[in-house]
Amino acid sequence: MRATIHFRLNGRDTTLETDGNRRLLWVLRSDLGLTGPKFGCGITQCGACTVLVNGNPVRSCQYPASDIEGTEVTTIEGLAKGDELHPLQEEFADRGAFQCGYCTSGMILEAYSLLQRNPHPTRSQIVSGMNRNLCRCGAHKRIVEAIEAAAARL
Amino acid sequence: MNRNDLGPMAVDRRDFLKFTGGGIAVFVTLKDHDLFKEALEQQRGYPSDFNAYLRIGEDGRVTVLSGKIEMGQGVETSLAQEAAEELRVPLGSIDMVMGDTDVCVWDAGTWGSLTTRVFGPALRRAAAEAHSVLLDLAAERLHVPRARLKAENGVVTVVGGQGRVTYGELAKGQKIQRTVRGKVEPRDVKDFTVMGTSPKRFDRIDKVTGKAKYAGDIRVPGMLRARLLRPPAHGATLKSVDTKAAEAVPGVVVVNQDGLVAVLHEDRDTADRALGMIRANWDTPQSTVDDTNIWSHFLQVAPTGRTAHEAGSLDAGARASTKVFEHTYYDGYVAHAPMEPHTSLAHAEGDHITVWSSTQSPFGDQRRIAGTLRIDESKVRVITPYVGGGFGGKSAGQQALEAARLSWITKKPVQVMWTREEEFFYDTFHAAALMKVRSGIDAAGKVQLWDYNVYMAGTRGSEVLYDVPNVSVVSHSSRDAHFFATGPWRAPGANDNTLARECQMDIMAAAAGMDPLEFRLKNATDPRLRSVLEAVAKLSDWKAGAAPTGRGYGIACGLDAESYVAHVAKVAVDKASGEVKVEGMWCAQEMGIVVNPEGATMQMEGCITQGLGYPLMEHIRFRGGDILDKNFNTYRIPRFSDLPEIHTVLVKNDGLAPKGGGEPAIVCIGAVIANAIFDACGSRVFTMPFTPEEVLAGISKPTGA
Repeated sequence: MRATIHFRLNGRDTTLETDGNRRLLWVLRSDLGLTGPKFGCGITQCGACTVLVNGNPVRSCQYPASDIEGTEVTTIEGLAKGDELHPLQEEFADRGAFQCGYCTSGMILEAYSLLQRNPHPTRSQIVSGMNRNLCRCGAHKRIVEAIEAAAARL
Repeated sequence: MNRNDLGPMAVDRRDFLKFTGGGIAVFVTLKDHDLFKEALEQQRGYPSDFNAYLRIGEDGRVTVLSGKIEMGQGVETSLAQEAAEELRVPLGSIDMVMGDTDVCVWDAGTWGSLTTRVFGPALRRAAAEAHSVLLDLAAERLHVPRARLKAENGVVTVVGGQGRVTYGELAKGQKIQRTVRGKVEPRDVKDFTVMGTSPKRFDRIDKVTGKAKYAGDIRVPGMLRARLLRPPAHGATLKSVDTKAAEAVPGVVVVNQDGLVAVLHEDRDTADRALGMIRANWDTPQSTVDDTNIWSHFLQVAPTGRTAHEAGSLDAGARASTKVFEHTYYDGYVAHAPMEPHTSLAHAEGDHITVWSSTQSPFGDQRRIAGTLRIDESKVRVITPYVGGGFGGKSAGQQALEAARLSWITKKPVQVMWTREEEFFYDTFHAAALMKVRSGIDAAGKVQLWDYNVYMAGTRGSEVLYDVPNVSVVSHSSRDAHFFATGPWRAPGANDNTLARECQMDIMAAAAGMDPLEFRLKNATDPRLRSVLEAVAKLSDWKAGAAPTGRGYGIACGLDAESYVAHVAKVAVDKASGEVKVEGMWCAQEMGIVVNPEGATMQMEGCITQGLGYPLMEHIRFRGGDILDKNFNTYRIPRFSDLPEIHTVLVKNDGLAPKGGGEPAIVCIGAVIANAIFDACGSRVFTMPFTPEEVLAGISKPTGA
């Protein structure tokens, strides 16, 4: 069913004409030219496609496009303020909290949402908060450390 | 003579020059170098013409062109360090071009931890030669003897005199092409200023901002997304197919040609939907072989075997032994499961085609695509953007062929991005394996006998490592034994061979009533092996004692990619449920000269974390050609809650050229966890992944003692 969808994408008013049953991930990647959200599993199990809808992390691979009507959608491309990286981005970059980088967009957005809800999480809260995001390279140790370091700065 | 023997001879050198424009291009060949004979032999088909190539532009920037690819292992940065070191330029003036078949030197593939130990030396010599060429040019330009010149930060100056000239000025207006034989020696480790340091990775900003491009992020106007019809199981044949309903979807293109059935649309959702409208009938062969009985199948079909290592005589070894131990170790199939599924975008234009591919072997993809399309390799360009993890699993290039065929047929740019289900179905799995060991010790605790038969894992990591006088290592391998594809998986087979050796050593140590570290040291004279064992003992504050002590500490060591590793693991075993929790991992690695210590450490951490999977949770369930685990909802990989504390140390050995770092630290994880489980509860486990049931069974009926 074709629909006109109005929402804010990374701070900009956006209008989209498409079938509202399509998945947000493919709409973002194909129609809106973003490549930060990644396809990983297609069934909400890995977190590579994570974006924020009204500040909450959602798995865009299963999220219907029609559900973003009237919301604020943030992808990794919208996290930095101009050239100024978010502290999470800086800490991930400087601490080597990635290897192949494919899960990184989702990791950072999930961590962003975690710190919004709990600005000073304990290590075990970070572990449980991040546990649904998968990384195959094994950067977990540094991801936890990067989130701790960013939390200390925020 | 096959294409591999030809190597880049098939590439017209003028193509390189056309690409470089002005400046200085340096090609280096190493075939006459004794130093590289062994390395070149290991890398079958390594180019015999030139092995590395770099250019210095008129702006003074240095471009390093490498057939290797960046999949997370950090070589984009560490290779640039090696070039910067020899050229005496700031690291920031190096541009890396990797995995582009039109401009890079032919390379078999990025695997086997070969980038640093084989391509690295070639690159260093190319850079050292370039430095030498630049000094010659500067001597001419400044009218001073070369001996009085010094290069630093891309500028040549006269020592104790007037005059300076930059590399850019020297390269300006030049069209120099040098093919050199690598006679200029690279710098000594004591003079290093860039190698041996840990600069920030080149890819760090792009990877935290979403700017980093992977194959699936490449856009070409008019591109279509393809979904392909897949069989329900390996070995199934298509009886009939009806694509009418899919054809009726507006904008959908259907391809049905020579067994290739696909639907294409400009958006992925519609292609997904159209694929679901195809009706297909399959003939699917039935099989009774599954993941629980695969090993008896192996023993039935295994070939006689090939001797890999031999010493003394097994009879003498048995006579010299006071205790003999016979055990069999098992491993299942394991998936690579990179977060990025196999993806390619192919763009056919006229008589040539460009393919952006997530691949560990761009030149392999190029060869296969040319062969399939029946066109000359020069008409196929494969470009490798960042690869989202490989671990050996992105070497076969099936998705590149699929995209290339579909683009060739439709004359449109076509993206093939596998679903996770396709990723699991077509993975070239780590092969299941079994290892039979008969070993013996004498009354003094010296190993006298090592009689080893490995099935399907191959010989990597099957070196005995210890000083055993009577040895037979025989490998039985057959690709036909499997019902689906298998292939290299991070340190192929070494995980299995190391499991068998290091568990067997532990069993013997326990039987001798000796501390497992002391037992290993007693049987090892190799100084590199001893150095990592001693280093990991120190790092973990190893407390000596014959296992099982009840404390849950295990030790294991190994050799891979010419690097030595030793690990200590601390586990907690729930004696009621048999559940195992890894609480700590310590790792010491000796890899010769370390190019980038932080990068090497990240690889060790990655090996340890990823390595928790194969011994504790990962195995593919299947029945015949039917792969039952299709996604992460049933195939569990290590996640944050599995993360132990991790401590690592690099053991210094600057007397040795750099060795491999991507794989060594994963080979011991199965063994070190098994040994820690034994120390915790007295239960010996033999089948990976170790299940709570197996742990529990061992507690009630201790084995191995």
